[in-house]
Amino acid sequence: MNKYLERLYNGIIRENPTLVLMLGMCPTLAVSTAAVNGIGMGVSTTAVLILSNLVISALRKVIPDQVRLPAYIVIVASLVTVTELLMKAYTPDVYETLGIYIPLIVVNCIILGRAEAYANKNPVGLSVMDGLGMGIGFTIALTLAGALREILGSGTCFGAQVLPKTVEPMAIFVQPPGAFLIIALFIAIMNAIGIKTRQRKLVESGCDGCCAACSAACEQKEEVPQR
Amino acid sequence: MKSLILIIVGTALINNVVLNQFLGICSFLGVSKQMKASASLGGAVIFVITIASAVAWLLYNKVLAPFGLDFMKTIVFILVIAALVQIVEMFLKKKSPAVYNALGIYLPLITTNCAVLGVALTNVQNEYGFLESVLAGFGTGVGYTLAIVLLAGIRTRIDEEVLPAPLRGAPIVLISAALMSIAFMGFAGLVF
Repeated sequence: MNKYLERLYNGIIRENPTLVLMLGMCPTLAVSTAAVNGIGMGVSTTAVLILSNLVISALRKVIPDQVRLPAYIVIVASLVTVTELLMKAYTPDVYETLGIYIPLIVVNCIILGRAEAYANKNPVGLSVMDGLGMGIGFTIALTLAGALREILGSGTCFGAQVLPKTVEPMAIFVQPPGAFLIIALFIAIMNAIGIKTRQRKLVESGCDGCCAACSAACEQKEEVPQR
Repeated sequence: MKSLILIIVGTALINNVVLNQFLGICSFLGVSKQMKASASLGGAVIFVITIASAVAWLLYNKVLAPFGLDFMKTIVFILVIAALVQIVEMFLKKKSPAVYNALGIYLPLITTNCAVLGVALTNVQNEYGFLESVLAGFGTGVGYTLAIVLLAGIRTRIDEEVLPAPLRGAPIVLISAALMSIAFMGFAGLVF
């Protein structure tokens, strides 16, 4: 397979950031109340991810290793600010719905994670494709969770009535508890059909790997003897 | 006075940062395996969020807003929080080793905790005053601690149970969190 297409396949299927790597749980849980929100969040994160991979990959020989994390954070934060302003201007509805979760893309583990794991050691073209693949994978997972919650919780999908009107929708699914339940269901299904996710590691050994900066912190943590 | 109490109750219970706003899920799921670690992390989070809200308020209202730079808030807040955590860590190490030993190892973890940035941004959005911002920060920290300590308690019990294989690990933890979230929805009726 062409190595550029391989990156796409990797991001969407093999290392799907949400379903397999279990990264970026906060936005996944928070904005998946409707399928449309999933797409809005997914697309804006994808835009940031592609650009941040592009910039970080282009600067990978310039940024000194010791200060790379602060440098990445500044790059990502600038890109998020640009995205936020663009959304405010052109898609005010989506901007209103997603609210505080747009600036919080900065702390989305997927972005720093990809910068650290891929973009800082690979050429620009591949890094951009990696960002695109991961972004699409994230968008699909978010939209899937959003659609499922919307169908169960409001009886609609993308705003169109799906369940017959006589069926009372289970409102709990569009409320916060529903987010936890749906994601629990997704992971349980993946476990049942034998797809290895990172969840076991995530839940059992602390938050290591959940994002670059976080895992750096965890490395320090492990040096301290258990009391 | 009443509005200040309302802010604490609102941020700690009604709009609980983890169970309702989904901020800080990463450490919520990751660290809640052990009760002691959860309590220490909770303490560190209360400490950092309270200070970070105060600093973020001062920066936003005294520096960014007067110069029309409010669009820079995301960048400034994340850098300030990262720097602040480092400074707090160094300060505690020097001045108060007892507190440092209890909280120290969890402080670096908090830099990337989205709850800290989330509170700073929400305070700006709600146009809170200084005292209100600090209290909102404190309340959020208390809410986080409450949630993670409760989950840690539940998980120590779950560990001894026999579960269906697909539910082991993350799914059962998430289901526990869902049930806690349902319980916390009850606080919505608390508005007085």
